[in-house]
Amino acid sequence: MNNRVIYAIYNDDDILMDAVKKTRAAHHHIEEVFTPFPVHGLDKAMGLAPSRLAICAFIYGCIGITFATLMMNFIMIQDWPQDIGGKPSFSYIQNMPAFVPIMFEMTVFFAAHLMVLTFYMRSRIWPFKEAENPDVRTTDDHFLMEVSINNNEEELVSFFQNTGAVEVKVIEKN
Amino acid sequence: MYTFSSKLKTLSFILMAVGILGIGFGFYSAPKDIHEVETLLAAESHGAHGESASHGDAHSSEGEHVQTAGHAATEADAAAKHEEHLTHVLHELQNKPWAALYVACIFFMLLSMGVLAFYAIQQVAQAGWSPVLFRVMQGITAYLPWGSVIFFIILILCGLHFNHLFIWLDPEVVAHDPLIANKAGYLNFPFWIVRAAIFLIGWNLYRFYSAKNCLAQDEANDDLFYKKNFNISAMFLVFFIVTESIMSWDWIMSIDPHWYSTLFGWYVFASFFVSGITMIAMVTVYLKSRGFLEYVNTSHIHDLAKFMFGISIFWTYLWFSQFMLIWYANIPEEITYFITRIQLYNLPFFGAVVMNFVFPLLILVNTDFKRITWVIVMAGVVILAGHYIDFFNMIMPGTVGDKWFIGIPEIASVLFFLGLFVFVVFTALTKAPLLPKRNPYIEESKHFHY
Repeated sequence: MNNRVIYAIYNDDDILMDAVKKTRAAHHHIEEVFTPFPVHGLDKAMGLAPSRLAICAFIYGCIGITFATLMMNFIMIQDWPQDIGGKPSFSYIQNMPAFVPIMFEMTVFFAAHLMVLTFYMRSRIWPFKEAENPDVRTTDDHFLMEVSINNNEEELVSFFQNTGAVEVKVIEKN
Repeated sequence: MYTFSSKLKTLSFILMAVGILGIGFGFYSAPKDIHEVETLLAAESHGAHGESASHGDAHSSEGEHVQTAGHAATEADAAAKHEEHLTHVLHELQNKPWAALYVACIFFMLLSMGVLAFYAIQQVAQAGWSPVLFRVMQGITAYLPWGSVIFFIILILCGLHFNHLFIWLDPEVVAHDPLIANKAGYLNFPFWIVRAAIFLIGWNLYRFYSAKNCLAQDEANDDLFYKKNFNISAMFLVFFIVTESIMSWDWIMSIDPHWYSTLFGWYVFASFFVSGITMIAMVTVYLKSRGFLEYVNTSHIHDLAKFMFGISIFWTYLWFSQFMLIWYANIPEEITYFITRIQLYNLPFFGAVVMNFVFPLLILVNTDFKRITWVIVMAGVVILAGHYIDFFNMIMPGTVGDKWFIGIPEIASVLFFLGLFVFVVFTALTKAPLLPKRNPYIEESKHFHY
């Protein structure tokens, strides 16, 4: 099967943004864009769907506060309602102000850590992960757009040479 | 240029008229002497009578009441106690219209102070998003001189013993209360009123010169007036934070002169700061909907909504810190403050937390919601009402005790000051173009996008 892609390499983020918009307008499918730093508005120009990570974080926070409440209700109120320094332990609400710092921290802890783990999983990042870098320069000062070829190699190459690319390569991908 | 819509003007006059009538009714219906109170109390059930005898607030020492209740007192003693109790209730009922007026007055005045503080911070921080809103903020702070004058008059009336809002102003009380007598070096009328005058004059001077320089900058050829505004804003913020703290002790905390809290100034600040920001958002949304703010887009509204959200949570943080520290240690002389509020003001006390924290937290946490006009207006109304109740909670328990009610005097006072606020603010907005011309950050602000 023909798995050929074009690597169009740019050395300026403004030129890259223009190229992305042109490519989208010409209905070529952008596989991926590699940049050394976040380019503001690139996701919008590429037409990527917005992240749902914040929604995840909110749900994780809700889990965290539920966990903290159930834990302290069981330990302090249900299991062994001891009189500690005269604090009322007859019901959860009576002693709640003392529990709020923990409820708060647990909410933040769950929201933050589970969101980060979600991010790692969704982005497929882990310690011994093999880097998927198509060109070492993309971590330093070059921008690379990867576009798949469907029997239109010559048209695509000339198209990308006209978008201000400093280099246009055709690569056989496995 | 903005033109004051005649409908809004009529509305503001109606609010003021209704407010004045209600305030007048409040003063008219307050009891004049203890005989009226006696008939009033007799009309109520006897149970309510006994209940009000045992509650403790700043006016009378609770211990005295409880002791007599427990003892088998002689007939004459009981009669004297009965009369003392009637006097106490009389003072509470006579305070009601005054306290209602005071809460509404200080709320709207501090609200415009919150806007002024926000405006000064925007100047000093050289914010790139807000210059298109500067004229809106200046319009809202135009209420400050009016609010200050009315507030100052009320303070003077307190000093002239027209009411019993501040019990330490009563020499009789001070003579029999060593705790207050010890504070007389700070809590005495001349020093207190001079402090108030200095604070109000200082704030108003900043507002006047800042607005004036902003207009002068429009006509200038260089940035001299902008730099002047930067400097006076920085100086104002230093002055403000010192005076704000003292103001909160003088005008709010001294209503309960037996009680003190160290973070009270910050707590009061957070309350009116978030109200001020909310008011900026509401007025902006209104003007935008009428087509007067060409360059304001949803990103500006989004930024204001983020501030509403963030400062609401900051307020809650301080509310809880103050409450939890005192609840946890439970030191008798500090905890009475919260016992009064939880027992007598349960719904307003905890309702304020729901309105000022839970509601904004759940509504304004969403990025998309922060750009929707009706969400901003809804959240804004709840936040403003919540912070009015916050001020209500701070002032009412020490002045009217268990005789509180959100009735005609309270609502009428709010309506009056709301009408005055609307009238003054929207009149001021017609005086200057709504877009500053030569602000160094105005171009950035026009194209602000988040």
